[in-house]
Amino acid sequence: MSTEFEIRGLKATIEGKEILKGIDLKIQGGEIHAIMGPNGTGKSTLASALMGHPKYEVTDGEVTLNGEDVLEMEVDERARAGLFLAMQYPSEITGVTNADFLRSAINARRGEGNEISLIKFIRLMEGKMKELEMDPEFMHRYLNEGFSGGEKKRNEILQMMMLEPKLVILDEIDSGLDIDALKIVAAGVNAMRSEERGFLVITHYQRLLNYIKPDFVHVMMQGRIVKSGGPELAERLEAEGYDWVKEELGIVDETVQQA
Amino acid sequence: MSTPTTSFGREAAAALSRSKNEPAWLIAWREEAGELAAKLELPKPEKMPLTRWTLDQYGTDRPSKTVSSAADLPAAIAELLPEDTQGALIVQHNSSVVFTRLSEELKAKGVVLTSLEEAARAHEKLVREHLMTAYKKDEHKLAAVHAALWNGGVFLYVPRNVDIEFPVQALLFADDADATFMPHVLIVADTNSRVSFVEQAAAELNAGEGRTLLHNAAVEIFAKSGAHVRYAAVHHMDAGVVDVSYRRAVLDNDARVEWIVGDLHNGNTLTDTNSVLQGNGSASDSKIICVGTGSQRISLTTRAQHIGKSSESDMVTRAVMKDEATSIINGITKIEHGSTKANGQQTEKVLMLSPKARGDANPILLIDEDDVKAGHAASVGQVNADQVHYLMSRGISRKEAERLIIHGFLDPVVSEIPLAGLREQLHRILERKLG
Ligand SMILES: Nc1ncnc2c1ncn2[C@@H]1O[C@H](COP(=O)(O)OP(=O)(O)OP(=O)(O)O)[C@@H](O)[C@H]1O
Ligand SMILES: [Mg+2]
Repeated sequence: MSTEFEIRGLKATIEGKEILKGIDLKIQGGEIHAIMGPNGTGKSTLASALMGHPKYEVTDGEVTLNGEDVLEMEVDERARAGLFLAMQYPSEITGVTNADFLRSAINARRGEGNEISLIKFIRLMEGKMKELEMDPEFMHRYLNEGFSGGEKKRNEILQMMMLEPKLVILDEIDSGLDIDALKIVAAGVNAMRSEERGFLVITHYQRLLNYIKPDFVHVMMQGRIVKSGGPELAERLEAEGYDWVKEELGIVDETVQQA
Repeated sequence: MSTPTTSFGREAAAALSRSKNEPAWLIAWREEAGELAAKLELPKPEKMPLTRWTLDQYGTDRPSKTVSSAADLPAAIAELLPEDTQGALIVQHNSSVVFTRLSEELKAKGVVLTSLEEAARAHEKLVREHLMTAYKKDEHKLAAVHAALWNGGVFLYVPRNVDIEFPVQALLFADDADATFMPHVLIVADTNSRVSFVEQAAAELNAGEGRTLLHNAAVEIFAKSGAHVRYAAVHHMDAGVVDVSYRRAVLDNDARVEWIVGDLHNGNTLTDTNSVLQGNGSASDSKIICVGTGSQRISLTTRAQHIGKSSESDMVTRAVMKDEATSIINGITKIEHGSTKANGQQTEKVLMLSPKARGDANPILLIDEDDVKAGHAASVGQVNADQVHYLMSRGISRKEAERLIIHGFLDPVVSEIPLAGLREQLHRILERKLG
């Protein structure tokens, strides 16, 4: 079944302050959508609100994944329904090894009585780590603890590859990655491209989009998508910055801070 | 009922010692301890008054039957022995040691493993030179009572240059609320020797309401020059037991002692784990976990006393407090004048799982020397919401996410336990306590 993900009129607040001011976006399986935009315009907030982070309160709008109401679901239910967010700042968790964590996550979606065997799991994890050129020792390291910025990002992609979600949100997956790592991570993402899977890629740089080719590019300002286009839009933003967009739309302060 | 102990003193201590046919030196030694017990005050642990603790139910001497093979040990004891027990083993059941196993190979190398009672006869010199010289019988009432009444016990001597490959295991078990249960573990690790020791203190009293047993125990380790001793302890006794455990290590030049302690007892707990870094270049490392449940009161102190130059200590305590449990976690790094280039570090972390639980972390640095390094970190907090969110965002339920985080909090200590079987057991104890 091909995936269909739809956001309609999504508004969200944090500590009473409205950050998302009505987002509309439709992602079909097989599509890659990129979101770009200056700092502080609500990109990570959109990602977090979709995933259900408790700090963000959704005040209006609808989100559906294959017809199911996402906003009704608890965070873990969203994940099991197929949502995945590679976070801009993943948490570090002492004492929980990467392997134990991922096995719990896989078994949570497989359900009781249908757990993956240990040997199968280890083979799967080793295989994916190899694709991402990760040192096997990362299997037994505590989750993200002491990982470098780039290692954390690679570990997020490892999780994506093992959990096989339907809708993947990548929040600045390219930050902290050196150029070789960027290629490896992009190859991992591209290998996951399929009719069943949609992608929402948040980035500041065209560079990532050279490797992960988007079908659509959206610009976010003031907590809204203010402009959408094809890959050429990202190229123009890279070359010229955001001033021309602001001028075109009559925006002075692009952050969500304005009244 | 337990012995009424208000009358306990010089006479009672000597009479008991005599009735057990102890050597003359020990009778006199106990007599002195009995006298101290009658006049000394209870210790005064930081912010934890002991006045309402039941600390006077000493019980009576009730030795258990010795067995000649591990297969003949009572089922309750056998169940507690990890399957991978292939090394040396000693078992105390209530007031006496009932089983000892030491390979011929180790015996031939001069290793001694016996009950301390036996060692007081057979190895008088070594015992007298060390017994309660690190934990002195006149420190306070509990120390004096322990000196007067310790029973069974463990004596381990590791000769110079001997390296014992498998951990030596001691199981200290009580199932009789009327029996005196006061084991003393005495380890003398001679020059350049190596040994890992694993102690398990367990009690299944099945006693009625209001019955209590005082487990008034002590551990003394003497690590001679260049010796390495790793001491792991797991305590999980019934709520009816009060656990008093004083642990001391004295380190000569370049000696190293590691403490790995699971204070997972279910009743009131007073433990004090102390390394005296006497020698130059000596080092100690203490890792302690604790889980408080119900209405438990817990006083947990780790100490490092630096005397030798370039001595190093690291102390980590992690405690999880549930229900209405109260814990006071003290870390004391003392660097004496002259202990130049010493380095003492400590961290105490408390994870609170209930609004009614109490946890208090007190890092204390006492430094009388300029040319040293010392550091501390302490925190008391709840399960981190962002961590829970992160795990849930991968499909893990809230309950499972919290379980992973809480167990993970303790893992840096659990994973250090040197016996795989005991590690498994520890996981089961944690599952039970953390629910
Ligand atoms: N926890 C919070 N408390 C208060 N304000 C917040 C919080 N999280 C986000 N904001 C505010 O919401 C606005 C949008 O932040 P968001 O992180 O979504 O921006 P972004 O577009 O992802 O920026 P960047 O490109 O720098 O990652 C910012 O003004 C930010 O300060
Ligand atoms: Mg962001």
